[in-house]
Amino acid sequence: MENIKFDLKATSVREINKFLHHEIADGTAPKITIENPDGAHNIAAGLNVNCEVEIRGHVGYYAAGMNQHASVLVNGNAGTGVAENMMSGRVHVRGSASNSAGASAHGGLLIIDGDAGLRCGISLKGGDIVVGGSVGSFSAFMAQAGRIVICGNAGAALGDSLYEAVVYVKGHIKSLGADARVEDMTVDDHQALESLLNQAGTSYSTHRPSDFKRIASARSLYHWNADANQEY
Amino acid sequence: MNESHNSDRKVSKEESWGYDRSTLDYIQRAAAHGLYEIRGLGAKRKVPHFDDLVFLGASMTRYPLEGYREKCATKTILGTRFASRPVELEIPITVAGMSFGALSANVKEALGRAATEVGTSTTTGDGGMTSEERDSSKVLVYQCLPSRYGFNPDDLRRADAIEVVIGQGAKPGGGGMLLGQKVNPRVAQMRTLPAGVDQRSASRHPDWTGPDDLAIKIHELREITDWEKPIYVKVGATRTFHDVKLAVHAGADVIVVDGMQGGTAATQTCFIEHVGIPTLAALRQAVDALEDMNMKGTVQLIISGGIRTGADVAKALAMGADAVSIGQGVLMALGCNSESWIGSGGQHISAAQDYLKIGTESGYCHHCHTGQCPVGITTQDEFLEQRLRPEIGAKRLTNYLKTVNMELTTIARACGKNNVHHLEREDLVALTIEAAAMANIPLAGTEWIPGNGMK
Ligand SMILES: Cc1cc2nc3c(=O)[nH]c(=O)nc-3n(C[C@H](O)[C@H](O)[C@H](O)COP(=O)(O)O)c2cc1C
Ligand code: SF4
Repeated sequence: MENIKFDLKATSVREINKFLHHEIADGTAPKITIENPDGAHNIAAGLNVNCEVEIRGHVGYYAAGMNQHASVLVNGNAGTGVAENMMSGRVHVRGSASNSAGASAHGGLLIIDGDAGLRCGISLKGGDIVVGGSVGSFSAFMAQAGRIVICGNAGAALGDSLYEAVVYVKGHIKSLGADARVEDMTVDDHQALESLLNQAGTSYSTHRPSDFKRIASARSLYHWNADANQEY
Repeated sequence: MNESHNSDRKVSKEESWGYDRSTLDYIQRAAAHGLYEIRGLGAKRKVPHFDDLVFLGASMTRYPLEGYREKCATKTILGTRFASRPVELEIPITVAGMSFGALSANVKEALGRAATEVGTSTTTGDGGMTSEERDSSKVLVYQCLPSRYGFNPDDLRRADAIEVVIGQGAKPGGGGMLLGQKVNPRVAQMRTLPAGVDQRSASRHPDWTGPDDLAIKIHELREITDWEKPIYVKVGATRTFHDVKLAVHAGADVIVVDGMQGGTAATQTCFIEHVGIPTLAALRQAVDALEDMNMKGTVQLIISGGIRTGADVAKALAMGADAVSIGQGVLMALGCNSESWIGSGGQHISAAQDYLKIGTESGYCHHCHTGQCPVGITTQDEFLEQRLRPEIGAKRLTNYLKTVNMELTTIARACGKNNVHHLEREDLVALTIEAAAMANIPLAGTEWIPGNGMK
């Protein structure tokens, strides 16, 4: 099974997902193409095997949701929650992504060549996200671990209530959220950024790590307010 | 002369209703600390409850069943709407979702063992699935919460049902909370948090915002698990009539409604006591909603929040619930608020000093948030958690669940039912006007339902 083609005009999301969940043998790493997605939801959700999936067109909500091992390419725009809770593997959106892209992802790499909507990387738990364009407000909200690279601008309240995730922004930041602050870039940051841009693909090689700012948590919300133990 | 005159005077002790002792304490405490009180368990004030209803046992017009000889079925099936593998339980009494983090791993194991023994389900919580609970539970419900701590597709596939948590009765509209002393390295690792932080989790889901989105989210969970597992939606009781309708529209197989008396491991007291409606009122609204949509029997209803006894369960079922869920009662069966804990030789060892250390006594404790549970239940402390041994906890909980179930069948038989699910509203009357109005059940001795016909 080298090249497998599906057409969503003829086959349902259920049938395709069922095939992707059960009919791919380990180690075969086939290439699967899905035509005519037409904004359908939950395409290629719950993959758990090494394979390459190319979706030719726009996808709805939760495309490649909870992805494990697979490499999914969306040749179009993606709806809400693309690659949400991804564990491993790679999801690449050639167009733009809607809200909550990569929400709570524990691992893997999500690349969005265009812009991402609100709450990109919300509750991130260890995954990496590279956005070629700009991200909307409340991105990286409560992000716990992992890295978000934003080559364009960031909307309001970036990194609100951040834990240990780190955000790199090249462009303008409309405003930082509670407890987020700009920090100096270290040698490690340069290396991390360089490696992420490399992994994202050749079109990202024009970005220089030194042009980015590092945003991380000031950690002042990690504990109840400092006065909590007062006793008057 | 003056002095003796003073001491002869009577001390005035006219207590104010609005500024009684507890209100004074509250204001003084706020002034001293500058921070609201956080505590565990549920609402402490009295609200209309199942105690305000009684059954009309069989007599002339109905025929009772023989208490010991005739069978009374308790089998309960949840998730018949869309799931290819509905959950089958021997009894309609389930163990509520309580997080690993709030509870120790030992407790999680005890819950699983007892639930499996009596043929019911346990539920994970805001901290992911532990191997202890998966291995010990025959039927395990996996929660999908706003925080998504430790949430992953492997555990999703190993679960028997999935519960999307929108809210809890103790704190509808609030997120989770786990104070630093309970965030030990294992808890921290499971939740991807730095050890020791005061964790306050999100109150909104990260990847959907309204009921239309929820429908797609539920669809995603079904796709990922190949439409096998029932999907529950859990809501804290507030605008229950509408919430239940929206959850049904969103595609839930089972709806869990948690009333304001429901327990928690840690929440602001003002939240516990002042947000949400009583379980009794919520149950009736939930049943109304299902009946209104002609979904009763298709979508199952689990009610929780202050369920303690077999009588509570029987009343809940009679009002239209398919099953109940218990949190606080389960903890109490394990020894919460008891004077002692049980040592390895079976001897009872006093916990009085440890209650004192956290500023309370057995019978009054609601200090789960401190992580210093004197009887080893809601703790992550290596030393304290030894006080609850899984086999003893499991035995006690099995006894409790069996007792509750026997009480349930006793009442059902007395009402002439050979299946607990045949209990009906007509079997009940109310003792107070409030309960009659909330439950839509006539006041005892009358045919009067206050506000009948009004929703
Ligand atoms: C210690 C403790 C921890 C809890 N943790 C969770 C949780 O993680 N997720 C959740 O949905 N509900 C949680 N709850 C609420 C219960 O699932 C349930 O709604 C409630 O306990 C039912 O009411 P009852 O305690 O009066 O039986 C918790 C309750 C307790 C007492
Ligand atoms: S005894 Fe333990 S479980 Fe019970 S209220 Fe106190 S701290 Fe919580």
